[in-house]
Amino acid sequence: MSAGTQLSWRVILRLAWRNLWRNHRRSLIMLSAIALGVCGMIWMTALMRGMVDQMIDNSIKTLSGHIQIHAPGYLDDPSVEHLIPPISKSLALQGLLDSEDVVAWSQRIRVPAVIRSEREVYAVTLVGIDPAREQGLSFIGESITDGDYISSVDDKRLLVGRKLLERLETKLNRRVVLMSQDPENNIAERGFRIGGIFDTDPQATETSYIFAGLETVRKMLNMGTGVSEVSLLGHDYRKLDALKNKTQSAAMENADVKTWAEQDPYMGTMLNVMDGFILIWFTIIFLALSFGLVNTLLMAVFERTREIGLVQALGMKSSNILLMVLVESIIMLIIGLVAGNILTWLTILPVQDGIDISGVAEGLEWAGMSSTLLPALLVKDVLLANAVVLVLGILASLFPAWRASRKVPIEAITRVWQ
Amino acid sequence: MTIEKNNAVKCLGLCKVFSQGELAVHALSDVDINISAGEFACLSGSSGSGKTTLLNMIGGLDVATSGEITVADKRLDKMTMSELADLRLHHIGFVFQAYNLIPVLSARENVEFVMQLQGLEAGQRRQQAMEILEQVGLTGMEDRRPAELSGGQQQRVAVARAIVSKPALILADEPTANLDSANSDKLMTLMRELNASKGTTFIISTHDEGVMKFAKRLVRLHDGRIVKDEMIED
Repeated sequence: MSAGTQLSWRVILRLAWRNLWRNHRRSLIMLSAIALGVCGMIWMTALMRGMVDQMIDNSIKTLSGHIQIHAPGYLDDPSVEHLIPPISKSLALQGLLDSEDVVAWSQRIRVPAVIRSEREVYAVTLVGIDPAREQGLSFIGESITDGDYISSVDDKRLLVGRKLLERLETKLNRRVVLMSQDPENNIAERGFRIGGIFDTDPQATETSYIFAGLETVRKMLNMGTGVSEVSLLGHDYRKLDALKNKTQSAAMENADVKTWAEQDPYMGTMLNVMDGFILIWFTIIFLALSFGLVNTLLMAVFERTREIGLVQALGMKSSNILLMVLVESIIMLIIGLVAGNILTWLTILPVQDGIDISGVAEGLEWAGMSSTLLPALLVKDVLLANAVVLVLGILASLFPAWRASRKVPIEAITRVWQ
Repeated sequence: MTIEKNNAVKCLGLCKVFSQGELAVHALSDVDINISAGEFACLSGSSGSGKTTLLNMIGGLDVATSGEITVADKRLDKMTMSELADLRLHHIGFVFQAYNLIPVLSARENVEFVMQLQGLEAGQRRQQAMEILEQVGLTGMEDRRPAELSGGQQQRVAVARAIVSKPALILADEPTANLDSANSDKLMTLMRELNASKGTTFIISTHDEGVMKFAKRLVRLHDGRIVKDEMIED
C-alpha cells in the first residue's frame, strides 16, 4: 500500500480512544447498556442451561442412565416376559462395560407391581437392583434419608419413597405386601419390611418406584437369570453416538439399545433446540441494544461532521475515516464486554451452589425440575454472547461509519450546526 | 489560453452554481486564472464574491459545475475521491478560517497528523513538528490541546501543520481572521519567508488590507467573476 493510503493503527487507536471519551457521559451510558446486556444474556443462558441440565440430569439419574439395553418389545410391554440374558452371559458386553468408555453400569429387573399397606394400595414399578452398582449411576444410592440403603442383591428389605410412604399411611420398618406377575402369568406375592425411605426430585419419582435386591425380586417372580434392562453411564450425555454403536455391537443381535434422548424425546429435543434458542435469544437482546449503539455512534459522527471534513481536506481517505469510527465502536464494545463479563462473574459467583426456587418448584415439577436451580455457565455460551455482541455490534456500526466516510469534504467543513 | 509549464494552478471557464430551492446562485462565473509555482497570490473581494469557493475548488474540496481545474498537472475533474485525497495529502496544505484543528489531539499531534498520513517515521515527525512549532512561536505549548490555546495560537498551529510537510501549494482561507494585527503580521511574514525560501506557492483569500500588502499578486473577485488581476511590486 502506498504511503498515505494507510494510517497507522496506533494513530487510529489514539484518535478512536480520545474521541470515545469526548462525551464521556454518553459513552458511559452506552458502555453500561452493553455490559448489562451481555450480563443479562449470559445470566439468562446460564439459568436456562441450568434448568435443562437439571431436568436431563434428573431424568438420567432417575433410572435411565445414558444408554439402556432392553429385550425387544420390553419398551412396549415392560413385563417380566421380555428379558435379556444377564451380563455374565455376554463376554463382549462385559468387556465393553468394564472398559474406560463406561463410567458406571448396572442390570435391573423392572416390572409393574402393586404395593399394599395396612390401609392403602398403590400401583408402582418394582425395581430389582444391585445396590453397589447403583452408586453413582442412579439417584437411589444417594437419596436414602431415613433407614438404611439395601446392602446386597439378596437384601430382603424394601426402599420406598417418602411421598408414597405418606400415601400408604405406613412407616419405616413396617411391613407391606408386593404383588406382580411371574413369567407364567401367575400372581407372585411377597411381604417386605420397609428398610429405607428415599427423598428425591421430582417427587413423582417417590411415588412411582420402589426398590429391592435383584436376587430377592428374581426369587419373588420365580424368574430365571434374565434381567429387564442394563443401564450404563458414559462420559458425556451429549456425545453418546460412538458409545451407543459399541453397545449395539456388543449386545445381543436384536437388543433394543437406546440413549436417554431416544427414551425421552421431549428432553432430547429440548437439548437439541437449546443452542439455536440461545442464539435467537442473544440476537433479540442485541437488537434492542443495537439501537442505542447506532444512535450513539451516529450522534458522535454528526457532532464531528466538520472535523471529518477537516481530516478529509488534510488527505485522510474515506477508508481510514470508516476504520476510525469502526475502531471507536469496537473499543466501546470490547470495554462493554469486559465489564459485562466481570459483572456476570461477580454476580453468578455467590449463587454457584444454586438458587432456591422452592416457592415455584412445585409448579415446575412436571418438567422434572428441582427446588434448587443451578446456573450452568458454559464457556461456549460466554464466548457466543461475546461474539454475538462483537460481530453484530461491528455490523451495526458500519452504517454510522459509512455515513462518516461518505461525506463530501466541503459540505462537512461548511456544515452549520442546526 | 496556453498552459505554462510552471503553472501550479490553472482554472479554465470555471463555474459554480449553488441551488437554493428554485433559485440558482452563481458563486463563480467563467473564471480563468493561472497561478505559477512560487507565487504569493491573494484573492480579495467582499463577502460572497466567490473567493472561498474558488479556493475550495482548487483544493479539490468542492466540484465545479463546469470548467476545468488543473493542479500539479492533474485535472481535478478526472480524479477519484481517493486520488484527490492523495493530491491534497502530498501537494496541498490547507489553512481554514476556523475549525482548523482536531480537538482531541495536542498541538504537536495536530502538526504531526499530516506527516502520519504521509507515513513518515515517528522520530522524523516529532523533530519536524517541534522545529515548525518553534518557528511559529509555540515552543512550550506542544502538549496543549486546541481548547487550551488562544484563537491566534490555534491558527499558528494550523499554519504549522500546513507548512510542515513542505507542500508545493498552500491554500489559506482568511488565515488571519481571528488574529490581532501583531499576530497577523507575524503569520504573514512567516508565510512570505516560506514562499521566498522554499518557493512554496500560496493562494490566500482575504478581505483584510493588512494581508493584501504582503501579496505579490492580487486577484480581486466580485459576484463570482475576476474583476482585477495585478502583480504587486515589492
